[in-house]
Amino acid sequence: MTEIEYDRVPKVAEASGRPELSARLRSFWESKPGLYGWLATVDHKTLGIRYIVTAFVFLGLGGIEALIMRIQLAQPNEHVLTPEEYNQLFTMHGITMILWYALPILTGFSVYLQPLLLGCRDMALPRLNAFTYWVFLFSGIFLYTSFLIGAAPDAGWFNYVPLASIEQDPGPNIDFYAMANIFLGISTTLGGVNFIVTILRFRAPGMSINRLPIMSWGTLTISVASVLSIPAVSLAFFLLWMDRHFGTHFFDPATGGQPLLWQHLFWLWGHPWVYIIVLPALSMVSQALPVCCRRPLVGYSLVALATVLTMVLGFGVWLHHMFATGLPTMALAFFSAVSLVIAIPSAVSLFAWLATIWTGRPDFTTAFYFFAGFIIVFVIGGVSGFMTASVPVDWQLTDTYFVVAHIHYVLIGWNLFAVLGALYHWFPKMSGRMLDETLGKISFWFVFIGFNVGFFPMHISGLLGMPRRIYTYSPEMGWSTLNLITSIGSFVLAIGLLITLVNVVRSLRVGRIAGPNPWDADTLEWSTSSPPPPYNFAVIPTVASRSPLWEARLGEPQRSQPERGFVLDHGKETLGTTMLDAVPDVIVKMPEDSLVPLLLSLALAALFTTMMLEAWWWLAASAIAILVITVAWLWPRQSLGEIEGSTP
Amino acid sequence: MSLVEEVQPRRLPVGSVGHHATGWWAMLCGIVTEGALFGYLLFSYYYSAMQPHTELWPPELPHLSLALPNTIVLLVSSGAIWFGERGAKRGNASEELLGTAAAIILGIIFVTVQFFEWHNKPFSIQSSAYGSLYFTITGFHMAHVMVGLLILLAILIWCWRGYFGPHRHAYVSIAAIYWHFIDIVWLAVFFTIYVTPYLTGRS
Ligand code: HEM
Repeated sequence: MTEIEYDRVPKVAEASGRPELSARLRSFWESKPGLYGWLATVDHKTLGIRYIVTAFVFLGLGGIEALIMRIQLAQPNEHVLTPEEYNQLFTMHGITMILWYALPILTGFSVYLQPLLLGCRDMALPRLNAFTYWVFLFSGIFLYTSFLIGAAPDAGWFNYVPLASIEQDPGPNIDFYAMANIFLGISTTLGGVNFIVTILRFRAPGMSINRLPIMSWGTLTISVASVLSIPAVSLAFFLLWMDRHFGTHFFDPATGGQPLLWQHLFWLWGHPWVYIIVLPALSMVSQALPVCCRRPLVGYSLVALATVLTMVLGFGVWLHHMFATGLPTMALAFFSAVSLVIAIPSAVSLFAWLATIWTGRPDFTTAFYFFAGFIIVFVIGGVSGFMTASVPVDWQLTDTYFVVAHIHYVLIGWNLFAVLGALYHWFPKMSGRMLDETLGKISFWFVFIGFNVGFFPMHISGLLGMPRRIYTYSPEMGWSTLNLITSIGSFVLAIGLLITLVNVVRSLRVGRIAGPNPWDADTLEWSTSSPPPPYNFAVIPTVASRSPLWEARLGEPQRSQPERGFVLDHGKETLGTTMLDAVPDVIVKMPEDSLVPLLLSLALAALFTTMMLEAWWWLAASAIAILVITVAWLWPRQSLGEIEGSTP
Repeated sequence: MSLVEEVQPRRLPVGSVGHHATGWWAMLCGIVTEGALFGYLLFSYYYSAMQPHTELWPPELPHLSLALPNTIVLLVSSGAIWFGERGAKRGNASEELLGTAAAIILGIIFVTVQFFEWHNKPFSIQSSAYGSLYFTITGFHMAHVMVGLLILLAILIWCWRGYFGPHRHAYVSIAAIYWHFIDIVWLAVFFTIYVTPYLTGRS
């Protein structure tokens, strides 16, 4: 039996010119080739890319659903879709976009980038990271099997009772949504936990909390918010499932239940969620835009504070979705005020970006185009939201196309534009090759023009009284031209997205080689090769400012040391640091690749399927499988430094 | 002083050590999210209680004869696991085993009594909104106790195999904090369901 190592003084050394160190680290960190390595990998870079690809596939599915709807609505009295088909399509479109695209895409960028930004070798909980990816994937597949049996959810993405009750909607449609939502919630919650621990405990030495990259502020904030808010929606769907199948009375007024309880629980999650799916996108802009402008972000502390404050206020505004439900006047006034106040931190970020552009020397790259487009759309979306925060305006506009326009300005504008910019910015790091700039700019113009042509007229059709969620309309209403324009714009937008897809596929093979730091950027991910080696950093870097690679240029002495630090090479190891000051605290033993996360998520998929089918014996079998796999996962191990004393 | 000008080589613990362990931090986050879940459950209870309804809320004043002693049983079990954890930290295997085993036995007593309590109720989960909420909230708590018991059982087996000691006992601390959490949640549930009707009367 070998001596157990309880503590150690790590060596400090330079990274460069040590091929034997790189080879040894690679032997610990690299996934095996072949099918096993592919299924068992826990490398955050592989998983991040998987998240991004999968989320884009869901964007494609939701996009196809949207285009079919736009064909149906292009002309009055069309018959492409039946009313029931239209219901299923707009519901699935909303659910797919909000839950299976908008956050997962941001999670993908964060899973890939956070460890690199922070200067560590993987996420805090690598196997959990693999698990949350698989659960995300399987929950999405679970949701989409509803189409195969022609019973997709059809009560809108916020699924109000009594419309969603068993009496009104007896098929399995709503149950698919309920189960898939709870299933996905497991992934999102645990993913949030993983980010919190990673960002608080795995930063490079010296990266005290006031030097945290601004993108990490976004991820940290929304992770806390996810952990706090997701239980509300999971619970709501669980109670609904009980009402539908076990005769409980949570939402049924005849026996003392409260239909509005659904709305409360739903929006207690739903409104924070709207910020959860945009804040990381905003913080990616705050991270990448200054690089395009060749200067650090203006007002770092204010932007970080604004991010946190927006989220805190986001918890205070859930009632504004219910202005039309007959609440006490005092409550209306209060929530209306909060909804107006929330515009202030958004304005802070806006002015910080404008000042960064104004005082910088922008490179007009495709990424910059998307960020600039993002800022324009940000303002329009913000103003229309600000308008509906006022109670009388909301009463007038609720459930019209004005709201549909607002949703898309916020979600496409604040999420998709930022994501596309981020893709052009970080693709070279992920693939080692540059995306084509000409194709990129063509794509931008298609997306920008298509988006505005497609969605701006919806404000007008809304003001003219066109209700949302109608499957067709008559020519007398005077909405026909506006709808035709909207449909044409939607297709132009879709073509723009396809051009970027072509660009990605092409550049993977023929793109120009990027090198470690093609944009001459300032943060740690650019100090390692593109794509980074499996262990990210040969030695753990040391950080002394917010822009570790720019210190000399900013006229400061170069104190950060991306290439010199602890050599941790007694196995698969990385460094844990303290929460605020990032002082070295512990040498963490990291788990190797494993099939257990995949097996556990398969067992969970079985659990939810058997719940849908109400096959109780199979359900018990799945539960036992989950128990056994979990014990196997957590069994304490010497190699992870979890036990002492004698073990056979 | 906190500025790290140059990393100084110094002695660092290796592996999963006490409150340095990644798992400890993950469990704290897990507790936050579970706490939020119970927060929303109790919110649903208070919200439904405050709205106008046709039947009396609650249908009968809850009896404390089983619930109060049972609450004390659960609190004592928290003390037991604390004792077990202290044993692990000191490298005292018999204290460690004794504390964990006692916590498990007290937990099982709690579950058994709670089943009697459920059995004695004149209403069911299907009879009214109150019944649905009562059984769902106590049911969620019961499910957590069961999971907690499984965790403690695993800890007992691992202790018995001599896995933990003064250097490495993060697993025991993680299990213990979860068990304390379940007890604190029970206090909130107990206060809501058993105590508030005495304070406000039935409505
Ligand atoms: C190709 C781009 C898109 C087009 C053409 C499009 C079109 C539409 C249409 C026609 C509706 C139905 C309106 C109604 O009948 O009430 C709709 C609803 C919706 N869309 Fe999109 N959309 C697009 C992208 C997105 C994206 C990227 C998101 C989110 C990230 C999104 C989120 C939503 C939501 C939440 C709804 C409401 C669903 C409901 O009423 O339950 N859409 N969209």
